[in-house]
Parts: sequence; structure tokens; C-alpha cells
Amino acid sequence: MVIYGVALLAGCMMLGLIIGDMLGHMLGIDANLGGVGIAMLLLIFSTGYLKTRGKLPEATVSGINFWNAMYIPIVVAMAASQNVVAAFSGGLVALLGGALAVVLGLALVPVIAGKAPRAAAPNIPAARTEHLSTRIANR
Amino acid sequence: MLQSLLELFDKYHLVAAFAVIGLTMYAAYWISTHLTRGKLHGSAIAIILGLALAYVGGKLTGGNDGLADITLFTGLGLMGGGMLRDLAIIATAYGVRFEEIREAGMRGVTALFAGVVVSFLAGGLVAVGFGYTDPVDITTIGAGAVTYIVGPVTGATLGASSEVIALSIAAGLVKSILIMVVTPMAARFIGLDNPRSAMIFGGMIGTTSGVAAGLAATDARLVPYGAMTATFYTGLGILLAPTVLFIAVRAIF
Repeated sequence: MVIYGVALLAGCMMLGLIIGDMLGHMLGIDANLGGVGIAMLLLIFSTGYLKTRGKLPEATVSGINFWNAMYIPIVVAMAASQNVVAAFSGGLVALLGGALAVVLGLALVPVIAGKAPRAAAPNIPAARTEHLSTRIANR
Repeated sequence: MLQSLLELFDKYHLVAAFAVIGLTMYAAYWISTHLTRGKLHGSAIAIILGLALAYVGGKLTGGNDGLADITLFTGLGLMGGGMLRDLAIIATAYGVRFEEIREAGMRGVTALFAGVVVSFLAGGLVAVGFGYTDPVDITTIGAGAVTYIVGPVTGATLGASSEVIALSIAAGLVKSILIMVVTPMAARFIGLDNPRSAMIFGGMIGTTSGVAAGLAATDARLVPYGAMTATFYTGLGILLAPTVLFIAVRAIF
């Protein structure tokens, strides 16, 4: 049933938030510390566990995938309910911060990649590309 | 007649918000395919439209919640509020497997951590340069430079003001749009022509829509490799920004 997927997702979220809350208490910060990230890890582990046991039917998955697909629309709704007028007064911070992150990020790609194996791109095995594509498409 | 329509919208505000956002998404993807020939990703345009609508709403009402301050659109506040937003973000982790991280190798993992920390530093340093001294503000803007998801989640967690959260979303948006535009041009200089560098690129930059669109414009075969590491980025950012990175910022300021 679809609700099983939604319930699993909701359960991971609540458990993650509880752990995040406890972490906050332990570190003396009045905030939820990484509850959402912990919930993501819980979802990865629990769905992985269920899948290997064949206990994750398509209907259950669709309960999770619906919210997965709602992610961008919800982000748009979030953007539409922000205090953009106030942000405009300091808009240069956003522009420079974002741009600096891009410049530094791109500059570090060859540093971390090291010496890239030349002409590797044409050798991408077709089967593997396809395998990955379907995996991304299913997301 | 008009009055009863308004009341209906107000009464079923969440449902109305779904309809409004659906229309916005449709318009955004139409603009993406017809006016930018797919060069600018539909989701990025939708977010720009959302921010523009929030600007209009804020100008009209003088309130703090953008378009949600207009009675017709109060549902946007609930739809885009913390509860549903976090649920949807957690759902994106579905399908991610830890074997994928291993496939990306140590360099991919290094890129993931370096990407989050470097972006955070970039945003944080600019915030400090502009005179922000509150650790919560600096962390939120730094997290915004990580991605436009990590920023607001971090800001909401730490209790940042709506202005700072909007700034952090804007910073993430600037990053995402820049990546879409700049990646094909930068690809040659940074050796972005093989699966390994694509995975490192995804880990360094993270913002999934930016990486997917930027790689698609560079070489479509690289998309799954970059997107694979990029999916882990937001989760890592959400895990690190309000915790380790916030504590580090608080130790300095």
C-alpha cells in the first residue's frame, strides 16, 4: 500500500528529528542538529534492508517517490514565501557568495581529479551508462 | 461571487497552493524549452519565478512571507513550510545506495567533503565581508552557498531570520544557475571529459539541477556520473552545516 511508503518516510523523519534533537541537547545547542540528514541516512538504510529482503513492493515505493517528485515544487513554494524584498537590500552577498563558491568549486575539480586518464570518455561502457541512467531516471 | 471565490481559496489554501505551484512549474518548463531551448533548467526558472512572486507579494503587503502574505496564497506558506519541505527532501535520498559512494572512490568522497566545506567557506567569507557577525547568519549564508536547500534547512534549524534565509536561497540559486551556464565553457579547462572527473565535479558542486543541466550541456554521457555524487551532496551539507560547521563558526565569532 502507498501509505506504507509514506509511513516509512514519515517514521524515518520523526526518528531522525528525535535523534537530531537529542544531539542538540547533548551539545547544549537549542537546535535540531542534522535531523534531516540523519533521517535521509535512515531512509537509505531501511529501504536498502527491505529491498534486499524483497519486502519493498512497487506500491510502497510509490509512496516515497511521490514526495521525492514533490521536492522541486515544494522548494518553489518555499521560494515564493520568502522575504525576498528584505533580501534585496543585501543582494550582493548572495551574488558574490554564490559566484565565489562556483569559482572555487570548479578550480578544485582538476586538483582532486589529479591526472585524468585521457580519452576516457569515449570508453564509457554502454551497459554501465545505461545502468546508471535508469537508476537516475527512477529517482 | 468574487468574495465567495476568495473565501474558497482561503478555506482550501493548501490545495490552492498545489494548483498555483503546478501552474508556475508549467510556465517555468515552457519558458525553459521555448525561450532558453532547454539551456536553463526548468526547475531553476521555477525557483526564480517563485522568488519573483515572493518579491511582488512582499512589495504588495509589506509582510515577511512573500506571496504567502496575500490571503489568496496563504497555502504556499504551508506547502513550502518546514514540515512538507523536510519530508520531500528526505524522500530524495530514496534509491541512493552506499555502494554508489564506493564506486565514486576516495576522490569522490574527498570532493564531496571539500565541495561542501569550500562552498560554505565562500558564502561565509562573503557574509563576513559584508559585515555579518552573528554566527547563525554567517552559517546560514555559507550553507546557502552549499545549495539552496542546505541554506534554508540550516537557517530554519538555527532560527535564522527570513531575510537571511532568503539570502541563502538566492546564493544557492546564483550558484546553480552559474553552473548551468559556465560548465560547458569551463569543461575543457578543468578536464571535465571523463566519468571520474564528472563524479568529482558532481561532488564538488553538488547542486543537482545545476550539475545535471551543466553536464547535459557539456556531454550528456557524463550526466549520470555527476548526478550520482551530487545526490549525496545535499544530504552531507544538511548533516554538516548546522552541526560541525556551525560549531566551527561559533567558535570563531
